[in-house]
Amino acid sequence: MRPLLSVENLSIGFGKGDSVVKDVSFAVQPGETLALVGESGSGKTISCRAVLRILPKVAQLRSGRIILETRGKKLDLATLDERLMRDVRGNTVSMIFQEPMRSLSPLHRIGNQVSEVLWLHGRKSEREARNVVLECFERVGFPEPERTYRSYPFELSGGMRQRAMIAMAMVAKPDLLIADEPTTALDVTTQAQVLGLMKDLQRETGMAMILVTHDLGVVANMAEQVVVMHKGRVMESGPAEPMLRAPAHPYTKALFDAAPEIPDAEVVAIPPSRDDLILEMKSVSKTYTLRAGKGWKAPTLIHACREIDLRVTRGETLAIVGESGSGKTTAARIALGAEPPDPGGEVLFRPDPSRPTVPVHDMDRESRTAFQKQAQMVFQDPYSSLSPRMRIQDTLMEPLDIHRIGTRSERREKAAEMLRLVGLSPDMLKRYPHAFSGGQRQRLSIARALMLDPALIVCDEPTSALDVSVQDQILRLLEEIRDQHNLSYLFISHDLAVVARIADEVAVMRRGLIVEQAPPETLFYNPQHPYTKALIAAQPEPDIDRPIDLKLVAQGAGAPEHWPEAFRFNGSDAPPLVGMKHLEPGHKVRCHA
Amino acid sequence: MTHLPDGRYVDDEPFDPQASLLELERKDLDAPNWLLVWRKFKTHRLGLISGIFLLIAYGLIPFAGFIAPYGPNQRFSEHLYSPPQSVKLFHEGEFVGPFVYPMTSEANLETFQWEFKPDTSRPLRLKFFCEGSTYNLAGFIESNRHLFCASEEATIFILGSDRLGRDIFSRVSYGAQLSLTVGLIGITVSFVLGIFFGSVAGYFGGRVDWMVNRVIEILRSLPELPLWLALSAAVPSNWSPVAVFFIISIILGILDWPGLARSVRAKFLSLREEEYVRAAEMMGATSGRVIRKHLLPNFTSHLIASATLSIPAMILGETALSFLGLGLRAPAVSWGVMLNDAQNLTSVEIYPWLAIPMLPIVIVVLAFNFLGDGLRDSLDPYQQ
Repeated sequence: MRPLLSVENLSIGFGKGDSVVKDVSFAVQPGETLALVGESGSGKTISCRAVLRILPKVAQLRSGRIILETRGKKLDLATLDERLMRDVRGNTVSMIFQEPMRSLSPLHRIGNQVSEVLWLHGRKSEREARNVVLECFERVGFPEPERTYRSYPFELSGGMRQRAMIAMAMVAKPDLLIADEPTTALDVTTQAQVLGLMKDLQRETGMAMILVTHDLGVVANMAEQVVVMHKGRVMESGPAEPMLRAPAHPYTKALFDAAPEIPDAEVVAIPPSRDDLILEMKSVSKTYTLRAGKGWKAPTLIHACREIDLRVTRGETLAIVGESGSGKTTAARIALGAEPPDPGGEVLFRPDPSRPTVPVHDMDRESRTAFQKQAQMVFQDPYSSLSPRMRIQDTLMEPLDIHRIGTRSERREKAAEMLRLVGLSPDMLKRYPHAFSGGQRQRLSIARALMLDPALIVCDEPTSALDVSVQDQILRLLEEIRDQHNLSYLFISHDLAVVARIADEVAVMRRGLIVEQAPPETLFYNPQHPYTKALIAAQPEPDIDRPIDLKLVAQGAGAPEHWPEAFRFNGSDAPPLVGMKHLEPGHKVRCHA
Repeated sequence: MTHLPDGRYVDDEPFDPQASLLELERKDLDAPNWLLVWRKFKTHRLGLISGIFLLIAYGLIPFAGFIAPYGPNQRFSEHLYSPPQSVKLFHEGEFVGPFVYPMTSEANLETFQWEFKPDTSRPLRLKFFCEGSTYNLAGFIESNRHLFCASEEATIFILGSDRLGRDIFSRVSYGAQLSLTVGLIGITVSFVLGIFFGSVAGYFGGRVDWMVNRVIEILRSLPELPLWLALSAAVPSNWSPVAVFFIISIILGILDWPGLARSVRAKFLSLREEEYVRAAEMMGATSGRVIRKHLLPNFTSHLIASATLSIPAMILGETALSFLGLGLRAPAVSWGVMLNDAQNLTSVEIYPWLAIPMLPIVIVVLAFNFLGDGLRDSLDPYQQ
């Protein structure tokens, strides 16, 4: 069979610099999925954007041919006239972008944006286009296509927006769909559903697909062919199955090993001991008041988190897992004293087994300063957590500066030591943060958190902005440091597989409530709650033989009002959190027992 | 390159998985912010040229008296409304160096216009570094050297002369002293007020923010021109030109700060959400420290750009006031004051060079706009 798209010896460069994509070749057969895999900066996005010629202005196509052979025509997209190129875009080849929040125009109704593709390619009258679009909406899983047609992007959730994007890409029935990390910005359960949808649609329409991703787990679920890229070069390419069973290139192996996996737990774990607690949250709730849009209506109350009881044992890690908006970050901020809980809630902190506990939200100035020394935070976004104006050395020395510890040379000494601890070299002290990659920056913010020798570190999704391979390194580093320095972590994540290795106890949150809580082994061995089951099932793993179980995902990830009887929420009424003593020790589930 | 039996392609160049950890990803971004901004600004050619032009213009202000061949109020009663004289190099095919032909003026009794006739038989060479009227170099060094002047028998009016027989070129150079600095003083006033109110509103939020915002809205809703007129009409007419000048610039500044305060406030709010600011707060840094170490350094470049973009408004404001006769008054010389002479349409029609002070205004305002644009484009050097 002749390939639908073949890219031959493609090289792309910026300005006068070296090529960022070097001599890349791949081919897509009709009806097949090709995955372009690599970390950020590997040139995967640039290569697939070159196919549609939507490169940034400064980029130049230095060499290579991009042959599209479809509907009896053979076109070289690298040299094709700009006018003819416009007919290709959206019509024969369409694209889905990474950020569903930014790729739809906020001022236009979803339906109009999607039918625009049909109008542009001049095939349909307005009424016809509308019918086609409505059909397409139904196909991508909108429950009420008519309503979606009329709604604006802000009315839809991230997953729904990505569905709208898929509808937009699919509506003209293209021969090739390019999806640039279509699910990276989504929660795990949403990701599973969107991937499932794309696969179904592909089977139905017989289009080919190029899927750009950094996650081999996604590849295993989606692709027939794989191209692994690193620093602009192809490391390994070929059929997916043999590659995932026995990766040949060391880089593919590294990616394969780094992909987070839900361990196959055989045994039930013993819950962590409760005698030496470093942090204890007692029935912590947080309610925000949202002023109603209409003056005569009562303000809306938003329960960010409700009745949270959590304990962090010294030297261990408690992980809070939940989707965006589940209240996990609010819980962490309350734990650090950045926000007060509703009356009735209490957070207790004991920096040292020999000292008494202190209430975090009721401290005098002196103990507040002491607390700020002992509890630190690692932030989510490595790009905004370091001040761009300060050299690394000033950033690292700032905590010591604030707490007036040591002389300047001692501080510098300590900063160098911390850099070594996180695996970087001390001559980076003079550098500026923007010279570093995301992974290196996250190491720098860990180093900053360690400068004051804290006892507790709150990690707020420290790896969710990073590539899978870097994520693995950071997790390993966090583990090492914890064991060396006897640190305790409160670890926030939206990804169950990420916390599987690092946590000693996991609390799964949904709608501000803890729905299930247990040591990770117990949780993976015997998950009880449908939401936990969905999270586990949705995890894409680089294992060809373990496809995502969409049924489980759909059941647990849906609205809590549709959960099975025993777990169902009724408006804001939720079942109580009960211990499953008869099952396993330390396993709690929110259900009607 | 290896091909495996199952159809796989494997790259076989050596690969070191650990290499990337100690490598800098973006060596080009490893520099202080100002250097990155400068690097990016350099590529904005129009902005760069404007910047250099403005630098030279401001650099020459102290030397206005040296560049001008005559004093600002020196009159040549023989040469009223003299047209611009050109400086020539060749006389009857022979090189003589820069020279002018002496002009003789004569009243045409039919049209009642002054008619100027160059005496083309006598080329009179220009003199350089010659002695002329005295002036104060940079305001305090008394000197009488001029860059160039005509010989005693001729005059040199490069841009012509005005109603009273004063050299327009000399007046333009003297006028630059006031016209260019009025913007700087105004912007300082507006900067101080704007940063103060903007950061107070942005940092404390709540009631203070509400108050500041309402004041800004009220000030912005007032029609600008009548307000200027009213304020400058209130300046006592017996004040010295310098005092009037200061008051005018302060008035311009007072009316300009709301825009700046707004952008400062917006920047403050968005910067407060940055994680490094949160990190500093959580480490126990005081508000003062957060503002000083994190917030201010991160928006100085932004401030400089918005200031550059609001200087032209000040310059135009001064011009407008003086043109209407409400700003600076003679004997002070500014471009606006000179344009005051051009109010009479008939005389502009007959002596079009009276409107020449518009040129430096247009050029300077454009230059400031280009410079500000260039700065604004290079403010965020971290993006591609």
